[in-house]
Amino acid sequence: MMENMVNIYLFGKKYSVPSSLTIMKAMEYSGYQLIRGCGCRNGFCGACATIYRIKGDPELKTCLACQTQVQEDMYIATLPFFPLVKQIYDINNIPTTQAVMMQLYPEIYSCVGCNACTKACTQKLNVMQYIAYAQRGDFAHCADESFDCVMCGVCSSRCPAGISHPQVAMLARRINGKYLAPKTQHLEDRVKEIHNGDFKEFLDTLMAESNDQLKERYNNRDIEK
Amino acid sequence: MYTNEEMLASIKKVEAKRAENAAYEPQRMTAEQKEEILATYHPDHIESEFEVLKIGPNKGDKVPHELAALLQANSRIDPAKIDLEHPTYDVDVLVIGGGGAGSSAAIEAHNGGANVMIVTKLRIGDANTMMAEGGIQAADKPNDSPAIHYIDAYGGGHFAAKHELVYKLVTEAPDAIKWLNELGVEFDKAPDGTMITTHGGGTSRKRMHACKDYSGAEIMRTLRDEVLNRQIPVVDFTAAIEIIKDDEGKAAGAVLMNMETKEIMVARAKTVVIATGGAGRLHYQGFPTSNHYGATADGLVLAYRAGAKLLYADSLQYHPTGAAFPEQIFGALVTEKVRSLGAKLVNCDGEVFMHPLETRDVCASSIIRECKARNKGISTGDGQGVWLDTPMIELKNGEGTIEKRIPAMLRMFMEYGIDIRKEPIIVYPTLHYQNGGIDITDDGMSGVENLFVAGEAVGGIHGRNRLMGNSLLDVIVFGRNAGRSVAAKYKDVKVGKLTLDHVNSFADEMKSAGIETDVVSPKLLPDYARRAN
Repeated sequence: MMENMVNIYLFGKKYSVPSSLTIMKAMEYSGYQLIRGCGCRNGFCGACATIYRIKGDPELKTCLACQTQVQEDMYIATLPFFPLVKQIYDINNIPTTQAVMMQLYPEIYSCVGCNACTKACTQKLNVMQYIAYAQRGDFAHCADESFDCVMCGVCSSRCPAGISHPQVAMLARRINGKYLAPKTQHLEDRVKEIHNGDFKEFLDTLMAESNDQLKERYNNRDIEK
Repeated sequence: MYTNEEMLASIKKVEAKRAENAAYEPQRMTAEQKEEILATYHPDHIESEFEVLKIGPNKGDKVPHELAALLQANSRIDPAKIDLEHPTYDVDVLVIGGGGAGSSAAIEAHNGGANVMIVTKLRIGDANTMMAEGGIQAADKPNDSPAIHYIDAYGGGHFAAKHELVYKLVTEAPDAIKWLNELGVEFDKAPDGTMITTHGGGTSRKRMHACKDYSGAEIMRTLRDEVLNRQIPVVDFTAAIEIIKDDEGKAAGAVLMNMETKEIMVARAKTVVIATGGAGRLHYQGFPTSNHYGATADGLVLAYRAGAKLLYADSLQYHPTGAAFPEQIFGALVTEKVRSLGAKLVNCDGEVFMHPLETRDVCASSIIRECKARNKGISTGDGQGVWLDTPMIELKNGEGTIEKRIPAMLRMFMEYGIDIRKEPIIVYPTLHYQNGGIDITDDGMSGVENLFVAGEAVGGIHGRNRLMGNSLLDVIVFGRNAGRSVAAKYKDVKVGKLTLDHVNSFADEMKSAGIETDVVSPKLLPDYARRAN
């Protein structure tokens, strides 16, 4: 069966590729051996940020190359690296209020509200909204709204204010995870019990047992519903 | 969107039985049934797919053909042409690999005062850790204990794991969660701080901690941020292509290659940590893989040529639920958490054919049997698969559960018009994990002095089958462990004269064994570029 082919333009050069392929696989089909711009190939790592335009459509679109199917007359440029600003800080010694943003990422207060970041997001996140939460020092909401971010950097490439959105969100999530989210008592207790040697005796017994004895235990263990 | 008539007709049957199937509690298999299904259907038991190694520390052991070809291959370098006298880098600790294990090792080595450097052939975070979706195990609930976790892990691994490694895994698990949480990792918690935990295949307690279905991504990006905050040098797009030893036979650095310019460099180090991950991109037996682009068993090759022994290199994990449709995401991981949350595996006639939370090897074998022997699969055009009935999740846990707990899955299928809240998905096993790897002692050291290993490159922690959630756990526990070990060790290390004699000896050994090949290794990246002629 002949495959249905489409014409695409990789960095302006025309190639004919099967229409079922993702942009990433279409590049490989066209003969590219990828080094940059290819990571997990499953939409989690953000390595394959890509900009494209369909001929005749003025809108510049963005996507992850590994998650997006090719289309006829697609003009494609990959963005394998974008210079985000990542500020250095000590997570054990930072303010957990709005002050930290003013100190580390003051450019977020220059946001002009154009919403280009949100339109560009490859994960369809409400980027401008999470920056607004960060501006207010509402890190719990910023963390929640930004959670699915893969840090591809496309938002920042479109930002007239020079904001490194993924890094702002990273900071907010770490502050939320470490300081603002509720503490876990059962975890603290268990770590103490282990350090106290509470489980050592039974574990030593298990380690000394034969595989037959351990099989007996395994095959008859009680499984929580 | 499903448009194929056969699929649509089968979906009707699945829908008709959904309520009944959701309420049904299938029996778990007996030990004998499990043994039989594994022996008959698991890919590890297809003898023709394996061969015996002719040389090296594991001479006489069987490994997959694809791995044998790389273990018994030519070096990328001519040792005579490498200038070992003027290293580009000179550090206390050289970490090879920028995933979860490498980053954890680097952070702990840095804590111990070492001058540590990470080299990685792609970017820091381009790793299987980033892609782990479902969660991380730790026995931290009152009804659970490290001993129960021990029995689950050891039994799930078919009683083949090394006791002292399992001991470390389970007893340091709660501490690993605490460490991550204190770095800022956002675990799913109830309002009172209680961890929201679920089952994984083969667990006897609900001890799967998660960060939605971005568990690995959340952990990896936090570790990466911490490495960068500590200003630990990360040399990216640079692969290690040989281990360097000193004249006493101890590991003392690595030959590096810039992936883009191909420039060769030398890194001298008092200790080396291999944290290079797995091998999914070798596509054993032609399987698709859920692994990241760089998973090509490089660490195993480096260590083997340097004289380190491997353990269980013939044991692979095929994740039962790889996406089988649409073809754009063929082989991508559908997290086990989908089953933890209540979705069951259903055949083309809408019948539940197994308990959804058997261990991964049993579950994968059962799906293969359903398709190949019982002819109850759904044809996808490229192959076949079975239904994973995702709408059951919301039937059981209420509307909104999927968006809240497995947003990545919802997003992945929605790209192709499949709404997993309303429609089931088609799955088939995908190559997921290297159960075996380099043999280590419980301080993380391989058979070569000062050559440490952490993460998926290690063999023996999981025996011959790993449970869901024990890999994210092992990269953290054994990454930290290796980092602490090298931090304790490097101060007493005096590096002698650097040498690559072992590379020459290995070539001689190949020659004596009559091995002639064009293959060079480590492989570094799979070759997916199509050549027109």
